[in-house]
Amino acid sequence: MRKKTRKVALLGVLTSVALVLSYLEVMLPPISTAVPGIKMGLPNIIIIFVLYKFGLKEAVTVSLIRVFIVALIFGGNIMTLSYSVAGAVLSLALMTLFKKINLFSIVGVSIIGGISHNLGQILVAIFLFDTIQIGYYMIVLSITGTIAGVVIGIISSILVKKLEKLV
Amino acid sequence: MSKNRKTKNDIILAVIVIAVAATGLLLLNIFRTEGTFAVVKVDGKETERYPLSVNTEVVIKTQNDGKNTLVIEDGKAFIKDASCPDKICEGHSKISFKGETIVCLPHKVVIEIVADNSENELDVVV
Repeated sequence: MRKKTRKVALLGVLTSVALVLSYLEVMLPPISTAVPGIKMGLPNIIIIFVLYKFGLKEAVTVSLIRVFIVALIFGGNIMTLSYSVAGAVLSLALMTLFKKINLFSIVGVSIIGGISHNLGQILVAIFLFDTIQIGYYMIVLSITGTIAGVVIGIISSILVKKLEKLV
Repeated sequence: MSKNRKTKNDIILAVIVIAVAATGLLLLNIFRTEGTFAVVKVDGKETERYPLSVNTEVVIKTQNDGKNTLVIEDGKAFIKDASCPDKICEGHSKISFKGETIVCLPHKVVIEIVADNSENELDVVV
């Protein structure tokens, strides 16, 4: 029982940290205005951490709670929410898959996460707007997603190492 | 699998993705052609199209009093002003090549550059 309480409390704290990182990312000036969608993906640090230290179920929970609260705080609607959910779900699914395959370290898994997050959102945009040309953005976004994934992956792997005893 | 081996795989992954994407960008730049029309789509449906050869400024009205001001100047299209909160489309670079788009997510508006005025071309794409 105590263990379970501890876990719930920890996941709550981690969700809050993910929310603060989301807020920080909105506050920071956009990396590029010429191509929309380029982001660091700071909250992914927490999602990857939870995925490695707890597991898929916990990572999905934290990720979806984060997405819904962000939509509430920053005034999202069904459409903006569908982008966020698509990005979050696709990236978590692929990260879990590649973590299982055991071919890459956390950094590689994070790269997969970065690219697939963009991919999920682009796919929703193509579907919603019925405009396949939006897919061109994916070329630039896969480069920036890779770079962001490397940075986020390195931070996550440091966290997983340093907080070994947390879980 | 050893840690070093995995790190090596990480690097291979990053290099391959960036190489493929960079090649794609290069090819797109080589083969891209100037467009002739800016097509306005609201909610996935085409509402208007404007020739890039004529300087214009139009206000695109969408649901819930949404407004995007489309400007065509010197053969390039851009959004000068938008009533949405994120203003992402305002910051977008000017577009003039076939296939380029500016998307305003909150208003479901897409500006797309096409090469000629035939409707058939759109059907092929869709």
